[in-house]
Amino acid sequence: MNMIPNAAKAFIPADYKSAVKPVWCPGCGDHSVLISFQRALAELALPPEQVAIISGIGCSSRIPAYTNCYGFHGVHGRSLALASGLKVARPDLTVLVASGDGDGFSIGGNHFLHACRRNIDLTYVVMDNRIYGMTKGQPSPTTEPDWDTAIAPGGTGLSPFHPLVIALASGANFIARGFSGDIGGCAKLIVDAVRTPGFSFVQILSPCVTFRDDQQKSWKNLVHAAIVPETDDPSRAARRLMTDDGFNTGVLYRGHRKPYQPIPLAHSAPSHLESEFAI
Amino acid sequence: MTDSLQSNEPPKLNSVGEFFAQALAIEVEATERYSLLADQMEVHNNKEIAAIFRKMALIEAEHRNEIARRAGDALVAGRPASFSWTGPDGPEAIDCESVHYLMTPRRALTLARFNEERAVKYFEAIAAAAINPQIATFAAEMAADERNHVIWVDQWLDQLAPDEAGWDDDPDPPVHSE
Repeated sequence: MNMIPNAAKAFIPADYKSAVKPVWCPGCGDHSVLISFQRALAELALPPEQVAIISGIGCSSRIPAYTNCYGFHGVHGRSLALASGLKVARPDLTVLVASGDGDGFSIGGNHFLHACRRNIDLTYVVMDNRIYGMTKGQPSPTTEPDWDTAIAPGGTGLSPFHPLVIALASGANFIARGFSGDIGGCAKLIVDAVRTPGFSFVQILSPCVTFRDDQQKSWKNLVHAAIVPETDDPSRAARRLMTDDGFNTGVLYRGHRKPYQPIPLAHSAPSHLESEFAI
Repeated sequence: MTDSLQSNEPPKLNSVGEFFAQALAIEVEATERYSLLADQMEVHNNKEIAAIFRKMALIEAEHRNEIARRAGDALVAGRPASFSWTGPDGPEAIDCESVHYLMTPRRALTLARFNEERAVKYFEAIAAAAINPQIATFAAEMAADERNHVIWVDQWLDQLAPDEAGWDDDPDPPVHSE
């Protein structure tokens, strides 16, 4: 489990803010998710230098630059690969991963499956707006099949990817959904996710005001707290997630799998590694 | 631990320290939120609205400093140490989703007014529900401060012409990839 130090100092969300100004569109849900990250870290009282935020490519993946924690804005779809390596090498760090539905479920889909399976102690937050926003509005894996645009006339006709179901089937230890408009609620989910050992997956519905405003403005009226309490029973969670309306929020599954952490090698000093490469 | 920010109903506060932690957190959050919105508008070259939000951030920052001064030893190193940050937004924080890159001064100030008025009601409710007379006094002071903010925003709004229809029409709108 991540180390949660006692609060020797009172942190406020602004303690995690960098000098870089977000370039997201005004009204974008990702602004709220950034605040949720900062609030969660303040609640956890984690010094910024003990936290790393890793991302891939896309609007949501800009988050590391907007915090003063350690960060890595990585390659498209590879945020989980980077984060897994970091956490295995530096288990003392709290590692959060930020992604979007394009980065995380399309090009990064395979990494998603195996990150769930490995169950390394990471918190994976995916800001899902059902579109590739940064590249001007192409359908993503979670886009509705009948969403009609110039690039997909009549819609893609493809069944959307169900990330929570996939996460459960692949072995994620914590599965939750939030809505960006509920800043405190998302902060609480992130806190819960960090405090739960193993791979924690948090899907945050985060509307795209530029390319999908007409459809996603209504999300704030559609989201609702899950009416049944969280479960640690995978079969119960599976039934629940398979019949989910996509707008249930809260912790939907919390298991008890032990996180993966390799046993440190006896000779892991840089000089020893160097010697292995000697010709 | 103090209840987290509650925009709908006043928290149950057991001590003056908890009250000041709550009040300070609300002002810290409002300052940060206005600053964030000002940053957004600057990035999108709506300088007029950026200046309005920047000014509101300054006002909230002054209020934050004043509360810290009034609180004195009731806070830990001038910070709301016992505060939980996982609750709903405070009454003075504008929803990030309610702004628009082409928004007018009237729309920006109307949002600000809504939140300032909500803060008045919030602190009035705390004052009315307080058993501790010190909390009631401090909460009434806060409500009066917020009422002054409402008056100040109203005066600013009075100087503005009504918005024209189509204020959000963009002659060069974002277009989908084709």
